[in-house]
Amino acid sequence: MALNARTVTNKELFYGHKGCPGCGGAIAVRLAMKVLGERAIVCMPPSCMSTVAYIFPHMPMYVNSTIPPFAGTAAMMSGLLAGAQAMGLEDYYIVGIAGDGGTADIGIQALSGMIDRNDRAIFICYDNEAYMNTGVQKSGLTPRNMKTTNTPSGSNFHGNQSSKKRMFEIVAAHGIPYAATASVGYPEDYLAKVEKAKQCEGTSFIHVLSPCPTGWGTDTDVTVEIGKEAVDCGLWFLAEFENGRYRLNRDPGEFTSVENYLKRQSRFSNVDGKDLERIISERDAFWERARSTWDK
Amino acid sequence: MSNGIFVSGDEAVALAVRQARPQVIAAYPITPQTIVVERLADYVEDGSLNSRYIYVESEHSAMCACLGACVMGARAFTATSSQGLLYMVEGLHYASGCRFPIVMMNANRSIAAPWNIYGDQRDSLSVLDCGWIQFYVENAQEAYDTMLQAYRVAETPDVMLPVMVNLDGFVLTHTYELVNTISQEEIDAYIPYRDYEYRLRMDGIRSTCVTAGPLYNMEFRYQQHQAMLRAAEVIGEVDRDFGARFGRSYGGLTEAYRCEDAEAVLVTLGSVAGTARCVVDAYRAKGKKVGLLKLRCMRPFPGAQVAEILGQTKSVGVLEKNISFGYEGTVYTNVCSALETAGVKLSAASYVGGLGGRSISKEDIGVIYDELLSGNQKRGEVEFVNLRRDICGA
Repeated sequence: MALNARTVTNKELFYGHKGCPGCGGAIAVRLAMKVLGERAIVCMPPSCMSTVAYIFPHMPMYVNSTIPPFAGTAAMMSGLLAGAQAMGLEDYYIVGIAGDGGTADIGIQALSGMIDRNDRAIFICYDNEAYMNTGVQKSGLTPRNMKTTNTPSGSNFHGNQSSKKRMFEIVAAHGIPYAATASVGYPEDYLAKVEKAKQCEGTSFIHVLSPCPTGWGTDTDVTVEIGKEAVDCGLWFLAEFENGRYRLNRDPGEFTSVENYLKRQSRFSNVDGKDLERIISERDAFWERARSTWDK
Repeated sequence: MSNGIFVSGDEAVALAVRQARPQVIAAYPITPQTIVVERLADYVEDGSLNSRYIYVESEHSAMCACLGACVMGARAFTATSSQGLLYMVEGLHYASGCRFPIVMMNANRSIAAPWNIYGDQRDSLSVLDCGWIQFYVENAQEAYDTMLQAYRVAETPDVMLPVMVNLDGFVLTHTYELVNTISQEEIDAYIPYRDYEYRLRMDGIRSTCVTAGPLYNMEFRYQQHQAMLRAAEVIGEVDRDFGARFGRSYGGLTEAYRCEDAEAVLVTLGSVAGTARCVVDAYRAKGKKVGLLKLRCMRPFPGAQVAEILGQTKSVGVLEKNISFGYEGTVYTNVCSALETAGVKLSAASYVGGLGGRSISKEDIGVIYDELLSGNQKRGEVEFVNLRRDICGA
């Protein structure tokens, strides 16, 4: 049965937290936990989500969980798995939930190691495109020209001067059994992918775009809409990597306006015509590659 | 003894770890590492050790994997050395803060830069405040025995702290000695698997590594400190019990060797204690009243014992393979603090030697004893043993 608003459980496992209004990361975690259920053992490094979930005695994550060192999420997941096996545990899921920096920057070494070992565990990267917990600093998954507190926008530079790391492809290049991208703007697609990851016998990875009103400079009631628009304008994509093959889950065909997408977010307020041209050309290069070489 | 086998310090550790039956081993083979983890991999392969061996990608990950194993309540082991120890420092604090009884072997080796692969104790002494119990052993036999004692101490319910067992790089790790081993049955009875109450169990919701703000943080730290103080008692009890069971014991936190009536006592730790022991015997044979105080633990620090033993002598030197730049040797600082706390009026001398693997010979130690006996030892400044003054502008 396909997972959607009607079929997914009403049981909440992540609620009462102190996330900002409209937090996309909290949506990503809440939805994932609905699929993963009470037998999940969550490993969540320093990030927005661990900050809003684990400040003793306020504990809004209703499953067994732990905070690993920032760089060591996946390594600790391997330890949790080995420990669970050693203790003879049955029917459980080791789940890592890290932000974009905790995945693509400081956490990438440990993640690479876990995929190499093919430990049965689910790694979810909720990507809000910067270190939001600490007040918006650039990560390896910050998009080009985004204004952050350490990539300022002025007359010399317009925000971040690099594009997002191809994290999904980096993970896939390990030969991982299952990897996927998703967006909180397409929740049914995301729920289905979490379910697939849950069933995966080895390591699985889900990279879910999670808009952040605080860091992106958007209203708090448009998070899902922005998450959808990111996909529709082609700056984000929904795809899977399985059995050694890439598959595009959604090809928008005609893209919606990148300019409109950027304009409604104050983080891109300094983007000029030249910047826009480059952002679009990088988008087009990705889609040309994906459309020509990935399954549909 | 009939069970003697001729092994390196590394092999002695590996044998002890196999017999301790850790359920999870996580180790990185480099930066640097010893053959301990290779032997353990052999044991897992040949079936003589039933353990999940996690091939991690760094020492940081090795410690993180051990943390994960302990969250679930599994007995864990890792080993490292030098740069590797420094790379996992963040995890050391997690381990002690989470009160996980991880046992780790560390080969004491020099730290870059300048690069150097040989032994000194600057690696482990620089992480003295990580909340780990720190043992320093004198020989391969003590290494074997201490690994077993380490699990017993770490998993004692009112201790629950990680333990680091330090072996001098090369001098102990790569040299061979006769080591008496203990039967598996006896070890199983000595350190059976010990469940702990606050591991994750899946019969309810638990969380480790919570965030503890200003309202709770100090109470966590107070409890950590109390546990370390209790460990000081437990280490003594465990060592005495070990002696009763297996016929070998090491004085718990310290060992005073021929210190009664000594006029000069040298305080040191690790393999150099063995060299000093020979010098003490030679000097005693000549009627010179010298003694040796071996520190077996740096944390918890045996302050009361140190002050009691040194309070009966006239002249004290501290010899260590370490320096805290701009002050003095860290071991020396701890010894002086213990004397001061106990109200012992005694001016000790600080000797720093053996850095980057330079040998400390019996003659070097003899020179130190001569200085201590004559009252000519320098006070208030660090004496670099065997310093090549001609090439460093000294």
